Amino acid sequence: MNGGHDLGGMHGLGPINPEAEAEEPVFHSEWERRAFGLTLASGVVGKWTIDASRHARERQHPADYLRNSYYENWLAGLEKQLIEWGLVTPDELASGMASAPVDAIRRSGALSPEEVPELLSKGSSSERETDKAPLFAPGDQVRVRNRHTADHTRAPRYVRGRTGVIHLHHRAHVYPDVSSRGTEGIRTGEHLYGVRFESTELWGQGAVGYAIYVDLWEPYLEGAS
Amino acid sequence: MSHSHDHTDPPSDTALRVKALESLLVEKGLVDPNAVDALIDTYEHKVGPRNGAKVVARSWSDPDYKNWLLKDATAAIASLDFTGRQGEHMKAVENTASVHNLVVCTLCSCYPWPVLGLPPAWYKAPPYRSRAVADPRGVLREFGTELPDDVKIRVWDSTAELRYLVLPERPEGTDGWSEKDLAALATRNSMIGVEKAKTLGNATT
Repeated sequence: MNGGHDLGGMHGLGPINPEAEAEEPVFHSEWERRAFGLTLASGVVGKWTIDASRHARERQHPADYLRNSYYENWLAGLEKQLIEWGLVTPDELASGMASAPVDAIRRSGALSPEEVPELLSKGSSSERETDKAPLFAPGDQVRVRNRHTADHTRAPRYVRGRTGVIHLHHRAHVYPDVSSRGTEGIRTGEHLYGVRFESTELWGQGAVGYAIYVDLWEPYLEGAS
Repeated sequence: MSHSHDHTDPPSDTALRVKALESLLVEKGLVDPNAVDALIDTYEHKVGPRNGAKVVARSWSDPDYKNWLLKDATAAIASLDFTGRQGEHMKAVENTASVHNLVVCTLCSCYPWPVLGLPPAWYKAPPYRSRAVADPRGVLREFGTELPDDVKIRVWDSTAELRYLVLPERPEGTDGWSEKDLAALATRNSMIGVEKAKTLGNATT
């Protein structure tokens, strides 16, 4: 979707003002700690995909997305998902009190502290087997389809319609445009490529020369040779 | 940062909202607060950029390891026991005298957690995400990094589940250094690509 999250090339957002590396804490307040931990723990019991979580954050009003701090966006996404997955009701969220018992299966799916080390150190691969042969190979010229879906996608606006060269074939990975809709979507994958774009192709002839590499799935691309 | 760090401030609306959400999720049995503590503790105290610095120091010391890292970063990094969430598919990109790499996630905040921990606030914020792909030299200048005009810049936008680690150039004058001493030169920012590795002059800053 063309949301407030798709920031590549946007102007007017101000200076970066980085905190000094040696002085920056991992979290800037206690509520950030809890928002982070609650998001990861809820993902286990809710069994939603990473793309569903991204899409929940993206579906805010762009003004809210841009005004919010980072963990405020996580919190907004988490609240949305908890409601949409039926784990809490809007009334419960407003009151902070449970109005109905949770079903036993979901309750038993809560993440325990003992499970945390393995959950984090194992991760979960996004690579998938596929019978489909890749359409492109390194060196091929490709154009990013000029597609504007209102659903989740990982083709940023700034590369749509632009031509680049396949740099690497990463094999097949879970396709965000379907995995954002639910866990069914993570069973299969689409071929994924690293695509190299010249700065002048993306930002015009006046751009200083450099290269931008973007990882793009095969359905985003068409041949441009 | 505009956020206040004054602990005498009353709790913000957001802090109260998070507190209410946690008590609701705990009451419903959906979340164990001890698991939340363990998740936080992992990234606050155990997993951070010192992991990545060990990967970089090993690469600077051992050419075979460096070749492995550039060819199969996931396996080379796993051999040092850095694995898991947000690092399942790693790529290492090498800075040289003629090439400088810079990593960003324009769409969210993708970042290689097992080697760098959680990203700094600026990495996740709109100014960096908007400009890293459109004006990398301007972004680098904001970090005090000036590159000669003939250095080729490569910007990596992490739009998929591949995670990028920049292998900074080994600082001059470090021949014969131990991996431990070398690791102290590999800063978090140098592994994102917004700065170079520390040089001898500022190794203790």
